[in-house]
Amino acid sequence: MASEASADWQWPLLRTMLRMRRFEEAVFRLSTERAFAGHFHLYIGQEATGAAIISVLEDRDRIATTHRNHGHLIARGADPAAALAEILGRAGGLNGGRGGTLHLCDPALGFISTSAVVGGCISLAVGAGYACKQNGGGAVAAAFFGDGALEEGVSYEAMNVASLLRLPMLFVCENNSTDAWGAARGGYPTLVHAGPDLLQVPRSLGIEAVRVAGTNAHDVRAAALAAIAKCRDGHGPVFIECVTKRWPGSNPLWPALVTGLTEIAMATGAVPVAGEHADWYRHHDPVLLLARELAAQGQEAVERIRRDDVEIRDAMAAATAAALASPFPQAKSALAHVFATAAAT
Amino acid sequence: MTATTSFAAAFVAALHDGLSADPRASIIGGYVLGLGPERALMDRIRRDFPGRVIDPPTSEAAVAALGTGAAMAGARPFVDLGTASFSYLAWSQMVNEAAVAHYMSGGRLTVPVTFHYLHGVRGAGAAQHSASPHAMLANAPGLEIVAPSTPADAYGLLRGAMESPNPTLIVNHARLLGIEGPLPEERSALPFGRADIKRSGSDVTVLAISLMVYHALAAAERLARDGIAVEVIDPRTLVPFDEATLLSSVAKTGRLVVIDEAPLNGGLASSIAGLVAERGFWSLKAPIMRVARADAPVPYSPPLEKFVTPDADKIEAAVRRCLMERTPVGARGG
Repeated sequence: MASEASADWQWPLLRTMLRMRRFEEAVFRLSTERAFAGHFHLYIGQEATGAAIISVLEDRDRIATTHRNHGHLIARGADPAAALAEILGRAGGLNGGRGGTLHLCDPALGFISTSAVVGGCISLAVGAGYACKQNGGGAVAAAFFGDGALEEGVSYEAMNVASLLRLPMLFVCENNSTDAWGAARGGYPTLVHAGPDLLQVPRSLGIEAVRVAGTNAHDVRAAALAAIAKCRDGHGPVFIECVTKRWPGSNPLWPALVTGLTEIAMATGAVPVAGEHADWYRHHDPVLLLARELAAQGQEAVERIRRDDVEIRDAMAAATAAALASPFPQAKSALAHVFATAAAT
Repeated sequence: MTATTSFAAAFVAALHDGLSADPRASIIGGYVLGLGPERALMDRIRRDFPGRVIDPPTSEAAVAALGTGAAMAGARPFVDLGTASFSYLAWSQMVNEAAVAHYMSGGRLTVPVTFHYLHGVRGAGAAQHSASPHAMLANAPGLEIVAPSTPADAYGLLRGAMESPNPTLIVNHARLLGIEGPLPEERSALPFGRADIKRSGSDVTVLAISLMVYHALAAAERLARDGIAVEVIDPRTLVPFDEATLLSSVAKTGRLVVIDEAPLNGGLASSIAGLVAERGFWSLKAPIMRVARADAPVPYSPPLEKFVTPDADKIEAAVRRCLMERTPVGARGG
């Protein structure tokens, strides 16, 4: 029975994760074509974390994310064409080309401002948690941030406030530094934390904190469900550290698709797992991990994965074409939206 | 019916009415009037709005973010940052989050948060309790800044700030709290971007901000004895700024003295002088004078503090200098 129940959420989750992955591959391709300017960050390798947590949030809940936001937007259901158009700086972008890759924001989906200031998102999310609590409707605010955000003082201040006010907050630390630097030194994931255990930071403030494998959708989902239930019950904030293996393409200063376009057939056995990144494909790529688990159900499942992937790739190709077809904004519109003119509702 | 009330009481009345008017409004930081005698005025708000006044830890950055994020999520918080110079700790949240979020989202997200601090040379505050950072914040597009000088303006501008869809900073001078003035019974939000002519005159325009309005009025009174008619303009809102009222006054007087307590270099007195030099040049009969705080940290010792701070004597001297300056050749007979 357990596996039957998990299938209810596993299939949609795999589709979401595939959408996130194919979206990022589209972004990468556009970058190689010099279709947009500026630095960017990809969410590859962290899909299980964002997809699983967002899948158990409700429409009324609020979300704050960071410079590595694309996956969160797509998981929440943002239009990929509008998101790509934003990254391309086009008028048809989610934000009319004013935010760009670092600041994708879809308020209609519950996102508050997407801050690229490290730690900024934690502090703003605590404000969203305050609004949720004031509102009394049982909504929860979730903050997605990297391990580096805990290097900022405001993160500590904000968690202290969240704990004092018992705000309905989910702090999701996506620790993607496990082997970026630390492994080479034989220590904890990051180079720059004096403390060896990130969970000690929230715990020292009285915030319940758990660590899960961020590449394992089951573990992330279970932790999120338990945490959100506590938040809605007035228990106060919960901190989840989701530990992911760093995607090898994130190690260089500029993202590089060193693992290639995702070959979903590596999950079904149709394509052998081999090469320099075999370890990544076999043990750490969250999309392949979930797909492999589902493919084990048999030939029908294998076929369903293939079909879903083809459909999603086609959808992302169409989204890319639509984004490229969107015009650039009129230069003279640059001074619009400095201030809101209508009364806020 | 118009009653006389203190600046602090008018401000608290506006907070009370603002909380009554909108259930989404709350106060983050309940020591809005500092820790001086006026703080007892806040007791009524705490009593009448239980659960809507919170006293957060000493964490200016998180407190500013709390209000900013809450506003993004549909709340309408009033955030007290205490003494103005402590707001430096919240710069990132005010300048790089609240002020830019509406723009970055392409106009899709609004941030109706109100920030408040007590600024200015308060007497023996030394460098770290005497700052007036509004000019620095005016350099951050996206933030509305209001600086009331009278009880009636304090009431109307605070109501306006609490109703505004934008992040709005209210800068109250610490020495304004006890000042008394009329507060009409019929009262409501004041529109932003409308200056108030606090005294009419035809010889010299003096634009003064916040507490400086009173020093300008005192100087004008003295100058009137010598037959010099000074027009005192209080912009009331620094962002947006009422350019039209200032330019039309300068068109009438041909002379301008700008007073601000923020330091001179890169300050608002400089910025406003630049505006008039560019847009009102052909009306000018004399160079524009600026009276601002000296470009030094505020010292502790009273004679040193007085030396660096604008006051009625300095304004009077600047007006007299402005009148003694020769009319530029090109403007003669014009």
